[in-house]
Amino acid sequence: MNFSEIFKQSNQLCRISPDGRYLATCVQYRLVVRDVNSLQILHLYTCLDQIVHMEWSSDSLFILCAMYKRGLVQVWSLEQPDWHCKIDEGSIGLVSSRWSPDGRHILNTTEFHLRVTVWSLCTKAVSYIKYPKACQKGIDFSRDGSYMALAERRDCKDYVSVFVCEDWHLLRHFETETQDLAGLEWSPNGCVLAVWDSCLEYKVLLYSLDGRLLSSFSAYEWSLGIKSLAWSPSSQFLAIGSFDEKVRILNHITWKKITEFEHPATIYPALAGLGLMCVSTGPLTVGGGPMDHTTIPVVKPDLDRANPKVGVSSLAFSADGRYLATKNDNMASVVWVWNMQKMSLEAVLEQTAAVRCFQWDPRRPRLALCTGTPRLYLWSPAGSVSVQVPSEGGFQVHALSWHSNGDSLVLIGKEHLCLCYMDTEDKSTDSNIWTK
Amino acid sequence: MGDWSMTSPLGVSMENSEISSISRVTLSSSRQNHDSLYSSSLPLSKSSHNVLSAFCIEENVPQCILYINQELSSLGLASMCIATPVEATLNSVPALNAMYELLQAQRRSQRSLEALEQDLLRTSSTLEHLQTGNYRLKDQLELLKREKSGLHEKERQLQLKIETLQSCLKSEKEEIQKLQNIIAGRASQYSHDAKRKERECVKLKERLGQLLIDKRDKKLAIDVLNYLGRSDGKRIQWKTGKAGTSHEGDMYKSLLNDYEARQQSLMVENSELKKVLQQMKRDMMYILSPHKPCAKASPGDDSPERGFPPAGLEGQDEVGECSRENLDQSCEKAREQLTYSIRLQWRRLKNHMEKLDSQVSLAQTQQQSGSEEAVPREVHEEEMQRMRLEVQQGKDFIHTQQQLLQKQLNSSFDDETAALLNDCYTLEEKERLKEEWRLFEEQKGNFERERKNFTEAAIRLGHEKKTFEEDRAAWLKNQFLNLTPFVDRKKYSLSDSQSALSIRSEPELQQSYTPAKLTKSSTYNEFSTTYSSISDGLPSTTELYRTLHLIQPETRHSKRGSWQEPSSPIRAENLFGKSKCSVRCRDPCILSLDKDGDSPI
Repeated sequence: MNFSEIFKQSNQLCRISPDGRYLATCVQYRLVVRDVNSLQILHLYTCLDQIVHMEWSSDSLFILCAMYKRGLVQVWSLEQPDWHCKIDEGSIGLVSSRWSPDGRHILNTTEFHLRVTVWSLCTKAVSYIKYPKACQKGIDFSRDGSYMALAERRDCKDYVSVFVCEDWHLLRHFETETQDLAGLEWSPNGCVLAVWDSCLEYKVLLYSLDGRLLSSFSAYEWSLGIKSLAWSPSSQFLAIGSFDEKVRILNHITWKKITEFEHPATIYPALAGLGLMCVSTGPLTVGGGPMDHTTIPVVKPDLDRANPKVGVSSLAFSADGRYLATKNDNMASVVWVWNMQKMSLEAVLEQTAAVRCFQWDPRRPRLALCTGTPRLYLWSPAGSVSVQVPSEGGFQVHALSWHSNGDSLVLIGKEHLCLCYMDTEDKSTDSNIWTK
Repeated sequence: MGDWSMTSPLGVSMENSEISSISRVTLSSSRQNHDSLYSSSLPLSKSSHNVLSAFCIEENVPQCILYINQELSSLGLASMCIATPVEATLNSVPALNAMYELLQAQRRSQRSLEALEQDLLRTSSTLEHLQTGNYRLKDQLELLKREKSGLHEKERQLQLKIETLQSCLKSEKEEIQKLQNIIAGRASQYSHDAKRKERECVKLKERLGQLLIDKRDKKLAIDVLNYLGRSDGKRIQWKTGKAGTSHEGDMYKSLLNDYEARQQSLMVENSELKKVLQQMKRDMMYILSPHKPCAKASPGDDSPERGFPPAGLEGQDEVGECSRENLDQSCEKAREQLTYSIRLQWRRLKNHMEKLDSQVSLAQTQQQSGSEEAVPREVHEEEMQRMRLEVQQGKDFIHTQQQLLQKQLNSSFDDETAALLNDCYTLEEKERLKEEWRLFEEQKGNFERERKNFTEAAIRLGHEKKTFEEDRAAWLKNQFLNLTPFVDRKKYSLSDSQSALSIRSEPELQQSYTPAKLTKSSTYNEFSTTYSSISDGLPSTTELYRTLHLIQPETRHSKRGSWQEPSSPIRAENLFGKSKCSVRCRDPCILSLDKDGDSPI
């Protein structure tokens, strides 16, 4: 495993382009684009203010830099460095900016969620979408980029609008049976839209692309409900993490619960009948004996306060859909890996510090996680590794993101970043990097 | 009598004797009264004084005879007889006869009287007994009544408690209801407020939007150097109705594609399952059909195997054929048939498996118990249950026996019992017991060793004390003799005292400890017999013996040494007493030993 030298960045803004060739980083008001392999600076752009948000277009030709305080968005082109585009939202303000999947439109959400402005870079046309709902995840594009679902709130009722991204044609508009819609997410095949209610009520609604309600699911009542939701890459499973420290898995045929994964504080590897991974390297500790059990440190949350630190807050399926990684907020130092074929616990990765971020390798069943320490942890079914990041200043890894070919990893610290190159055992996959 | 019956039943015997004596007294007095009545009835013709002194005197012989005759006749005793009425003289023979009869009668009456007295006594005692019983019962009744009332009181209190609790519950329920109502009210109020706020918010937003639009925000702008082409290279299309319909079409197309893909996958899955099913069927048929010859080949399990009907197998084959045909079709009927046949076969397989299971268990039992007839499973299980029970009982029995044995061993143990045990118990148990005994002995040995150490320490302490006292005495003597003017005597006495001290020092110590050891050894002798009977050569006891033997000669030796000078035995004894006292005061542990040791010395 090799590490690059350390570069500066600000606001943790470092993104590898979708085609995997460039690395864009923001340093204050400057945007730096490097070659991923050589790390040579290819382009340097200067924005009007400190950059708050940065995003690659899907074709890796443009970079969007947003400066929310000023209500400004600047777009840079890689092919034509002297091309420039500046979008000013004016006095109405700006809270969020994003690319449309075609990379030719920019969607700006104004302050107070007054409207969503769609700017076209092709025609300079502006369209407004009124009544967007301010919620956890109010906009979602289908994976193939053809549809956009938008949560709306009108007359104290929740609606979902489905737009065709090609020409922003409103395809469907329907009311949802939610008290207070919290988010929506397309299935990876783009045919089912999962809509969930706010945490006050456990409710998941599944809508077909044409707006029909396929099914609804509620595990319990009168208690804080859904905290996170994730589709499996095959659209076969829907994993729902909730405040009751459980993950429920729904199937795509009957939309009923197949199983639920609990996150107990005491694990009996032998009783659970699972081969927990024994990790000897670094501070990763996992009990692997036949009858001994591991007790996981649990932080008792203050349940009287709003948004208590309890429940499953992050869920991620591996790229092949075989594993599901979860994190329970009151066991912050532990990541749980579940086997989706056996529907059982595969491994418990207990760290010494709270896990900040974890992400699956986009190519292999390999999980990378960081805990805000100068170490990188990797788990795969074959075993676990922890690696010290070599640096003088004590580089602490706060976030990480994989390169799309899974061979390298961007480690993001507070004000620095560095690249970590995996030892590629199979060179054959390297040639075919981006096949989307 | 009534007063006596009040007393406790414990004193009954004593009372009885009293009662009897008193009753006799009363009876005798009554008899006297009776006599006196008799006598008083007599003097019709006589003066009472005379009568009292003598019934018959010289003068009134005939009258007396007459009178007696009359009396006798009235009593029905040989009326004609003692006197001829004319002469009024005593006819001696009948008179004597009459007297004899009278005496007889008197004796009889006496006897009956005694019997009656005894009866009376008995009845009185039974009466008393009954009375005490009655009293006791009354007491009991009283007690029970009191208890009853107490219970009633308790019940009443509990009832009260229940009532209060119920009222509490009711009030709590009401409270809950109230709170629920409040919560519901709050919730509705909250939702209403939220809606109101949201509406206001929407209104504000609208207004803001309007204002912004009215203001014609100059800043709101896009500044692009040149327009970009679409990412797919197409030209931009105008929004038309056609576009809308085409989008719809696309949407449905994608949905359709999804459904088709899903159907395809399901089809594949279905066919896979069908294949698996078919495979399973074939396997099942394979398992079931060649089983017959297989079973026949094995001679042991022949008889039960024959129970499996060959007709059923043929039928299965038929069903199998038809279901196989059906598998290729995929209509409702075929499916029904398929499931039916599968179920049928499955049931058969299950039955068969059960049979096989029972056969296997039977075979096992047969192997174990030679040529035993095939027993049905229930009977077998019952048997098992019974045997388990028996085993349990046996275990219990053994346990109790062990306990008893243990007790016996602890209390008294001699050669006889050892022999008995040898007879009674199996070698195994004996071994175990030995083990336990050895453990126990080891513990005891340890304990003894500790005790020995302790006693040794005490001895040492005593030694030290003695030497100290010796020193002191010498010093005192010195002091004293220095004061006296007799210098020549001083020397003698000094030597004397020294000798006395030398005597005093050691035997005194031995005195305090040896007796204890002796007693101990005696007790150990007892124990040691027990050990030797059960387990010979226990190291702890031998050790103990050895140590004891070691100590005993030592003490004797020292004693002998000390008693070599018989200068003043009395003083020495006195000193013993003193020293003993002092040791006792110092050490309570030695006190008990000392006491034990007093008697042998």
